[in-house]
Amino acid sequence: MVAVLCLSIAYAASSTAPKAGPTIVIDKARAGEHCVEDTAFMRKNHMKLLMHQRDETMHKGIRTEKHSLKKCVICHASAKDERVVGSDEHFCQSCHTYAAVKLDCWECHATKAKPAQAAAATTLPAAAVGGEKK
Amino acid sequence: MNQSQHEQDQATQAVDEHRRNFIGASAALAGLTVAPGVVVYGLAQAKPEAEPVTNKVRWGMLIDSSKCADGCTDCVSACHTENGVQSGPLETDPHWIRKVELKDMRTGRQQSLPVPCQHCEEPPCVDVCPTGASFKRADGIVLVDRHICIGCRYCMMACPYKARSFIHETLTDQNPDVPRGKGCVESCTLCVHRVDQGQKPACVEACTKAGHEAILFGDLNDPNSEIAKRIATKATVQLRADLALNPGIRYEGF
Amino acid sequence: MASITFSELKETSTRYWFVAGLIGLFAALGLGSAYYMEHHGHIVTGMNNSIVWGMPHVFAVFLIVAASGALNAASIASVFGKMVYKPLAPLSGLLAIGLLAGGLTVLMLDLGRPDRLIIAMTYLNPKSVFAWNVLLYTGFFTFVAVYLWTMMDKTMGAYTKAAGMAAFIWRLVLTTGTGSIFGFLVAREPYNTALLAPMFIILSFAYGMALYLLVLIAAYTGSGRPLGDAILQRLGRLLGVFVAASLYFVFVYHLTNLYFTKQHTFEKFILLDGGIYTTMFWLGQIIIGGVLPLIILLNAKLRASRTLLVTACLMIVLGGLAQMYVTIIGGQAYPLDIFPGWQESSAFFDGAIHHYAPSVPETLLGLGGLAIALMIVTLGIKVLRFLPASLADAEVDPHTKA
Repeated sequence: MVAVLCLSIAYAASSTAPKAGPTIVIDKARAGEHCVEDTAFMRKNHMKLLMHQRDETMHKGIRTEKHSLKKCVICHASAKDERVVGSDEHFCQSCHTYAAVKLDCWECHATKAKPAQAAAATTLPAAAVGGEKK
Repeated sequence: MNQSQHEQDQATQAVDEHRRNFIGASAALAGLTVAPGVVVYGLAQAKPEAEPVTNKVRWGMLIDSSKCADGCTDCVSACHTENGVQSGPLETDPHWIRKVELKDMRTGRQQSLPVPCQHCEEPPCVDVCPTGASFKRADGIVLVDRHICIGCRYCMMACPYKARSFIHETLTDQNPDVPRGKGCVESCTLCVHRVDQGQKPACVEACTKAGHEAILFGDLNDPNSEIAKRIATKATVQLRADLALNPGIRYEGF
Repeated sequence: MASITFSELKETSTRYWFVAGLIGLFAALGLGSAYYMEHHGHIVTGMNNSIVWGMPHVFAVFLIVAASGALNAASIASVFGKMVYKPLAPLSGLLAIGLLAGGLTVLMLDLGRPDRLIIAMTYLNPKSVFAWNVLLYTGFFTFVAVYLWTMMDKTMGAYTKAAGMAAFIWRLVLTTGTGSIFGFLVAREPYNTALLAPMFIILSFAYGMALYLLVLIAAYTGSGRPLGDAILQRLGRLLGVFVAASLYFVFVYHLTNLYFTKQHTFEKFILLDGGIYTTMFWLGQIIIGGVLPLIILLNAKLRASRTLLVTACLMIVLGGLAQMYVTIIGGQAYPLDIFPGWQESSAFFDGAIHHYAPSVPETLLGLGGLAIALMIVTLGIKVLRFLPASLADAEVDPHTKA
């Protein structure tokens, strides 16, 4: 049993083991260089942003561009069908399937941006310029 | 002599160029300073996007039933197109606004008018909602926070105007400006996504475009707005005024 | 006088497992229907934008109202001091918990977003009766559990009276809250009356006692334990009083409505030309649920027959479901009067009587709630000591004439 334990640890540590962690699909050509916040921040806090920002928008009518869900969709949409969910090749789903966290947002929120709004957003939101590169 | 004059010409040219550049840059800078002001003035109705709404404003509508054309449903189509609502004849289909045909029971006189959510000041739907999902924004617009709506439909029981609808099946390809989904309750939002950008609700614009001008939208709290002036001088009524809910939608002409 | 011994059902026969299995089947069907409804959306039910509460709510509200009333047998012992009812108290508490659990299960599973239950328990609007009910219903479980503890743990016997009083007051508040769900609807003619709260309390007495008697007779007949007539006669007579009181409240409600000219069209709808609702009212609620049981229960000779007693109780239960159907669905079928004095028509069915046809999934869900309630009781009496070993006349009341 000790032998089995040692072998499995060795296997996990070895380079032939499958890479741990999700494979997040970001279409760089569409999204540009970087997000409105840096990656580490987003990994840890995007859910808090979503939970907090939605109340600000819903109850107080605060609709800032930087943390707008519509803008997230415009940048992170897949090049193939312009959506953020639908398969594991889509941005949100690629991580959430791995993390086994249900994506409730898309029951109500559109997974695809309005063509007019997507076309208008040819550059990243102004606040993203000068953000930290990771 | 020619050489020094040529040099002088060159120097003058350089100075002229420099002056031109300076004047040009100053003009551009001045223009840039003034331009936002011009743009902002044009969108004077829209609040700055990072600021919360306040109760200094109370949005309302005045609907003139005498101008409402028989058989016309432009406001209904415009609303449902704008908000991505697939309405229809089934009893499960949602309606954010509908045309009601009226017939006086005693005299037989007929009339029609649109009935959306009345955006009451004391909304019964807000009182009964167990989670607080049905709420009134500071500027008077009554909304459903679909993040916390549990779909109990108590607000639908409580509404005196049958303004609310329940979504009975999965939806796809919603309008990104108007998130809506299965299992939650919804109603007319007074086109809050447009109002916050300084525009008017879709129904108002459609009625104006059709030439009837039966729906007037504006700030009830602003004594200089057209709607405030009209309701201060002409006779208008609120639906089910006996319930003392003080709706933001008023009617005249019936 | 010999003391009463409580014991669990050690002697479980094939019959017990058959009954438990049948109840379990309906519970499973109910849960399966809930999954089906949640997955496809309410389009698979008969509910729509005009009739937003349907069969699940008919069952759920009935079960919740009955739950409060099922505690009656225990309250009479602990609160009103009638020692004869003391042996009946633990089963009464168990049935109350079971019925409330069944009713709440149906209510929660019928939500448009049942996955948001945590939100329902953490975001509470202080002005909403539904939010008060979240606290009242969970409090009820706690109070009755403590009450049962004082009864079943010999060292806690001194606290039974206090616990019983607390549970009694709590359930009166709870049933007031349930009736007020409808009473607080400002704009609907069938509902906005303060009378609904006390009416629901009286209805709860009748429905709860009827179900209690049915469960008591079923448990004792099924397990072969002796059940004397003395206790059944007392409970039956009490039930008769409750049914009479319920009829009184219904009478006053309609009489008052008939006095208001503006309520005449609604009254005509319920009492005369409402089709299914009129039938449910007169045949279901009044005759089957009221008059016929009253004839049996107030007549000592008829009441003495166990078959007739069981029939009366079943009729009261059916009448209760009919009453809920008329109140909840009939009340919604009648359209809102947004323009008094005008006839209305629209694409949203303003001014028209609304249609409702119960579907199979939602009816199974409602029945599933009843099954869950009965399952809790069936398993409870097997595992814990809720049932007295004997309720024969001599045991219950030594002063009874033989």
